[in-house]
Amino acid sequence: MPTVAPLDLDGHCLAAAFLGDVPVFGLASGEVVRLDHGTQRHDLHDGLLCTAKSPDGNSLLTGGEDGKVQRLAGDGTITEVRGQHRRWVNAVACGPQGAVAWAEGRTAQVMTADGKIREFAEQRTIEGIAFAPKGLRVAFARYNGVSLGFVAGTAAPLDLEWKGAHQAVTFSPDGRFIVTTMQENALHGWKIDTKPKEEFKHMRMTGYPAKIRSFSWSRKGNWLVTSGAPSAIAWPFQGKDGPMGKAPKELGLRGDTMVTSVACHPVEDMVAIGYADGMVLAVRLEDSKEALLRRPGKGAITAMDWNAAGRMLAFGSEHGDCGVIDIAV
Amino acid sequence: MSEAPAPVPVTVLTGYLGAGKTTLLNRILSEAHGKRYAVIVNEFGEIGIDNDLIVESDEEIYEMNNGCVCCTVRGDLVRVVEGLMRRPGRFDAIVVETTGLADPAPVAQTFFMDEDVRAKTKLDAVVALVDARHLPQRLKDSREAEDQIAFADVIVLNKTDLVNEDELAQVEATVRAINPSARIHRTSRAAVPLDAVLDRGAFDLSRALENDPHFLDHDDPDHVCGPNCDHDHDHHGHDHHHHHDHDHHHGHDHHHHDAPAAIHDVTVKSVSLRGGPMDPKKFFPWVNKITQIDGPNILRLKGIIAFEGDADRYVIQGVHMIVEGDHQRAWRDDEKRESRLVFIGRDLDAEKLERTFKACEA
Repeated sequence: MPTVAPLDLDGHCLAAAFLGDVPVFGLASGEVVRLDHGTQRHDLHDGLLCTAKSPDGNSLLTGGEDGKVQRLAGDGTITEVRGQHRRWVNAVACGPQGAVAWAEGRTAQVMTADGKIREFAEQRTIEGIAFAPKGLRVAFARYNGVSLGFVAGTAAPLDLEWKGAHQAVTFSPDGRFIVTTMQENALHGWKIDTKPKEEFKHMRMTGYPAKIRSFSWSRKGNWLVTSGAPSAIAWPFQGKDGPMGKAPKELGLRGDTMVTSVACHPVEDMVAIGYADGMVLAVRLEDSKEALLRRPGKGAITAMDWNAAGRMLAFGSEHGDCGVIDIAV
Repeated sequence: MSEAPAPVPVTVLTGYLGAGKTTLLNRILSEAHGKRYAVIVNEFGEIGIDNDLIVESDEEIYEMNNGCVCCTVRGDLVRVVEGLMRRPGRFDAIVVETTGLADPAPVAQTFFMDEDVRAKTKLDAVVALVDARHLPQRLKDSREAEDQIAFADVIVLNKTDLVNEDELAQVEATVRAINPSARIHRTSRAAVPLDAVLDRGAFDLSRALENDPHFLDHDDPDHVCGPNCDHDHDHHGHDHHHHHDHDHHHGHDHHHHDAPAAIHDVTVKSVSLRGGPMDPKKFFPWVNKITQIDGPNILRLKGIIAFEGDADRYVIQGVHMIVEGDHQRAWRDDEKRESRLVFIGRDLDAEKLERTFKACEA
């Protein structure tokens, strides 16, 4: 049976992440709690707004209402990436080789490990940032599409146009697809590994009853699993054209509540599903077999992350009832 | 699951450049009223008192992908309000200050159309500041100035010390012609009592229009009709709400009826409808159809509907295509059970509205 080690914190938990094997919880107040030989508390921001885990899994990049961008390592080391600023930092992202990016209003800064900064100015507010898996390209989600730019050089970003407000953005692990969540209850995707001069193909993924706030790629990138419905929705990305013309899988369907958070397992084709009532299930993608990880709690699950070995799951909720689940039998 | 906390009220402050929004905002932030406000502004500008929660945000109009041109929201507000609401307890209410040229509709619609924002906040009122001296010029230059007046629940007629009584009466008549249902406050240096602009409940169906016992009669709650005072608007024909001045503030100057107000440069008009008890089976399809078809032209609609055989007043209001309604309270014995509805907008067909409204009578 899985065992839950609860951790009651004060306020909305925005991020739960394993940095190495240390579980870390970021609260909306700006306080970050690390479970490392006891409870370690760090005041990272006056108001935390967004976080991103580095691809090496060792640090968490954070942006706040205070305009700061901070990096927290698993051992508790805090590096100020950018100091106080008058605007809210709406989005942060981490790329490979230590690259980071953040956005406030219509401007984004991309900083490579050598400290070089490239600024991108968009016509509309940047709502989300993602680095391509190899880190050469970076995507900015904004109203009416995505801007796809190169981290180095001075070339203007490519405009991937699709009407509507795009919020979060992600690359598939193989770099062939870009997917955004939208203000309306939908995902939009572009297949970007087309031949030169050929247009990118659009993918519309609609039918959600609620906004999509959480998504996660399965370990090999075969599935993109999302929240936004009474079940987790898993879109197949194995084929050449991604999910086009294919039906998604519905996992962990419950009649009386909504899925609010998803996190794919790092070793197996399995996903942790968090619900609006605080329940957490683990569901296998192949046969939809379910296992209860946590009973309902005080509030909606807002964040989840597995450790690299896939034995422990950190989770956070909107009312601060957080914890770590050990799934070892 | 724990019960949801009470939604946080949001006041939207509109007004052309120089109308006095900053002055009013600074008063809201500095006066001792025992409430804490989070303020969302486009630019910090001259606002700024330490320790107050002031968020700078670029106005971002997002069209919804549902094929409706008037379904717009303020994307930045969705994000900022969500951020603020993750840390409740820091403030009691939110004030959104818009830029001088802003269209108030997307701001208001954000609080109806975005499900998450709607779950945690409630629109309290749209307040428009109007510069009494410069309004005539503003109406010549810009459609926005007119939209802001048309859209407002509360209008603060500011800088009245810079005009004489005649000019002021003229300006007020103009404002009234654009928006017959808003509450108007005359003031200078934005010195309006704060309780006249905050916590109005103008969008709260249980309170809406309750503050206005003479809704569509007079905006003055102290006004009492004399025996010879005929306020039955129906007697004025169909176009009586346009280019026509019902100025009831100053001793019933009904002679204004004979002297058409010199109102130029006004493209918004209102259509006020009155009828007897309605048949709900006819009324709801009618109001849905009207707002679907004419939604882009309807800036606001408000009304109190009497339904046949129903002991309770039904209050209805809308913004473009969004319409909300609910039973409010029982009709009092001393109240006339009639249905009253006002549309404020452009290119409204008063004759058609009146005819089709009347056809919904029980």
